Amino acid sequence: MIGFVGAIGGFILDVLARMGVVSRSFLRLVGRLPGALRRPALISEQIHFTGNFSLLIIIVSGLFVGMVLALQGYYTLSQFGAEEKLGQLVALSLLRELGPVVTALLFAGRAGTSLTAEIGLMKAGEQLAAMEMMAVNPIQRVLAPRFWAGLIAMPVLATVFSAIGVIGGYLVGVQLIGVDEGAFWSQMQGNIDVRRDVLNGVLKSFIFGTAVTFTALFQGYEAQPTPEGVSRATTRTVVISSLMVLGLDFILTALMFNK
Amino acid sequence: MSNLVEIRDLHFSYGDRPILANLSMDFPRGKLIAVMGGSGSGKTTVLRLIGGQLRPQRGTVTVAGENVHALDTENLYRVRRKMGMLFQFGALFTDLTVFENVAFPLREHTNLPEELIRDLVLMRLNAVGLRNAHALKTGEISGGMARRVALARAVALDPELIMFDEPFAGLDPISMGVTANLIRNLNDALGSTSILVSHDVSETFGIADYVYFMSGGQVVASGTPEELRRSSHPYVKQFVNAEPDGPVPFHYPGKSLAEDLGFGGAR
Repeated sequence: MIGFVGAIGGFILDVLARMGVVSRSFLRLVGRLPGALRRPALISEQIHFTGNFSLLIIIVSGLFVGMVLALQGYYTLSQFGAEEKLGQLVALSLLRELGPVVTALLFAGRAGTSLTAEIGLMKAGEQLAAMEMMAVNPIQRVLAPRFWAGLIAMPVLATVFSAIGVIGGYLVGVQLIGVDEGAFWSQMQGNIDVRRDVLNGVLKSFIFGTAVTFTALFQGYEAQPTPEGVSRATTRTVVISSLMVLGLDFILTALMFNK
Repeated sequence: MSNLVEIRDLHFSYGDRPILANLSMDFPRGKLIAVMGGSGSGKTTVLRLIGGQLRPQRGTVTVAGENVHALDTENLYRVRRKMGMLFQFGALFTDLTVFENVAFPLREHTNLPEELIRDLVLMRLNAVGLRNAHALKTGEISGGMARRVALARAVALDPELIMFDEPFAGLDPISMGVTANLIRNLNDALGSTSILVSHDVSETFGIADYVYFMSGGQVVASGTPEELRRSSHPYVKQFVNAEPDGPVPFHYPGKSLAEDLGFGGAR
């Protein structure tokens, strides 16, 4: 019994210690963000790497998600004779939920894993240690520009996802099924609130971008400097980022859309 | 002659595993000092402690009169600007070209115009014989070339102290000789102090001014290469003459082969 209680106590202490390490690392990274702004070229290079290279998967996924939403939405709405609400349904679903969440999950899989592997391999190859010995802070030189890039790229990608999703919904709903085009767009325009729906969605994607990018960078920086260690860190990035995005989405949705 | 680096009563362990115990060393200015010893003797740990990458449990490391482990991050980085380090496998930035690797410390720590950086980088690469390889990516060069690029990068800012971690490991005889001469020539041309960690006896004895022999985290012998060649110290004799029997056992300590095979008996 004493051993069992001791094991639980040890586990709680480990969790608290881990949370302390993560919090301290986050604050150290945030403390280096202003300094990284002095090198905008490094940030734009990383935006290209994390954002531009994720664009194709975001566009294709957004298109299909919008098309599926229109199919499923039409099936449900038609049972109530409310097919003209299809545009509103597609846009609200994308802007509030699917845009930020699916983009964050895709971003974790595409850019997050890439960031973790890159940082982990730099650590394994002693590149980060070499940088430190050259009196260059790797948190400011390597991690901070990548963090900025994640913060900037995620809302843009989520917006692109939602916009393409709406086009996908239009193609299926209006062009394929035959919902009235005027009703599709006017219902969307009349029932979408910029601050409540659009900006909250952008805010969500910004928060998801922060969580996913930090997780990816932290896992890479803390990875065991071995092939197996980098592989495990990459897996952890996907698992932890995905769970964080879904958990944060529930909390943010409850706070933003609680009426 | 004053010492650029002084190590006093240094103790370091990884968890419960002691690595260095009661270690004291002096590295006089302008000299090329070698630290030799078998694998696991604590040589690389000494370099990492001098560079402030590791923190000792006890003792001091002073570089240019400053206690490295009493400095905050900003001041540690200030002291590190006086250092250059050649990592065992080069640690080149794989996303940059040869030129950009050598230019990296110049771009980070100086405001020199790009034309001057170009000239300085090409001069450094010329010194290591790789000026014409400046446009290659690091993946396109051999291990020996990577080591020479790393050497050019390590001396890019004319450091007072240059540390070399196993610079001869894995090199062919030609590259080994070239690298050894480069280390000696760069030390003399720049007026730097060099610390060379190696277990290659002939190359190291050929260029070092003074040699420390380490075993079990302690200095077991020291002297000039000539003194050590004549030494009757059993560890030095075994190491210099590459003898299989001596104070350093070939087999990792533990049960005897007979015991493991179930025959019993002593080792």
